[in-house]
Amino acid sequence: MADDPTQRAAIVAAAGAVADRLEAEKSHLTDLDSAIGDADHGSNLARGFRAAADAVEDDEESSPQELVKKIGVTLISKVGGAAGPLYGGSIMSASQTLEGGLTAETSVDFAEAYLQKVQDRGGAQLGAKTMVDALTPAVHTYKKSIEVDELPPLTALAKATAAAERGVEFTVPLRAQKGRASFLGWRSVGHQDPGATSTWFIMQELLKVADDYLDGETDVDARSPTIPDETPQEVEES
Amino acid sequence: MIGLVVVSHSQKAAEGICELAAEMGGDAPLEAAGGDNGEIGTSADRIGEAIAAADDGDGVVVLVDLGSAVMNAELAIEMTDANARIADAPILEGALNAAVEATNDKSTLESVLEKAEDAREYRKR
Repeated sequence: MADDPTQRAAIVAAAGAVADRLEAEKSHLTDLDSAIGDADHGSNLARGFRAAADAVEDDEESSPQELVKKIGVTLISKVGGAAGPLYGGSIMSASQTLEGGLTAETSVDFAEAYLQKVQDRGGAQLGAKTMVDALTPAVHTYKKSIEVDELPPLTALAKATAAAERGVEFTVPLRAQKGRASFLGWRSVGHQDPGATSTWFIMQELLKVADDYLDGETDVDARSPTIPDETPQEVEES
Repeated sequence: MIGLVVVSHSQKAAEGICELAAEMGGDAPLEAAGGDNGEIGTSADRIGEAIAAADDGDGVVVLVDLGSAVMNAELAIEMTDANARIADAPILEGALNAAVEATNDKSTLESVLEKAEDAREYRKR
């Protein structure tokens, strides 16, 4: 496990990288949200993560757990609508898993706690065209890569990020069942979910920052061996 | 006395519902937590402040409109020390019912919550 100052530096760098990326993607996310939501996802999240990055940047005292909690609490204050409680509230709640510091093991606990809180709070199941559709494959892939395949955390995070991307694609043909998009009914079909998309963007930035701090491989094929072969031998022979 | 907080995406809607409820239950502490920094939306911080203002120690019933109002109210309740509960009720009818019950000397958090939730049964025709 990296020492506390290194963990703190990584968390601060991650918050800054996410803020920069969301700022750059602001109009993209807002375009996605204007199709099926209220067109504020990009600006809301960008504003919130910038404030969160500023809040942790000069903090040299707090533990990794406290820093992550501070990111969550700041998002709750600065991000309006459902994104505040879903992103900020879930980060705040999941930060408890980092009490013993940020390790491969606690990062899996954090990911699982975050997904659970998002589902509890939002009430969305898989396939409802929400951020859960990107988060679930990402968290499952991450957990299995670390706990079953015993891959390095960086490699696991690369696979999880690739899995999140496939989850984002999965939201496109679905009919929305949660949030404002659900009021559109069939008109929501064919649009990519903004929350799933921003979740994937955030993971891409976490992966880049992790690459600066951890050893491992990031250029991995997400479909193998963590995701089973989609064309098994028997099928090809028949 | 049990306090009431009305959470709506619209500040005007929240204030209007409080105005109506005050007509019914004039003495009950009523707080409007509408909008998010002057725009349409809801804010956990704002709801938390309203809960604190409405609470005199006996507890608070929170009336909500839709979607993020529920999530932000849940989050605000998790972050407060006050004993607060969300009513599973239509916001306007629930607030009126709750305000009437709150002015009853024998009312409790449970009885105000129950009266608010009775409003689910109101039919319009």
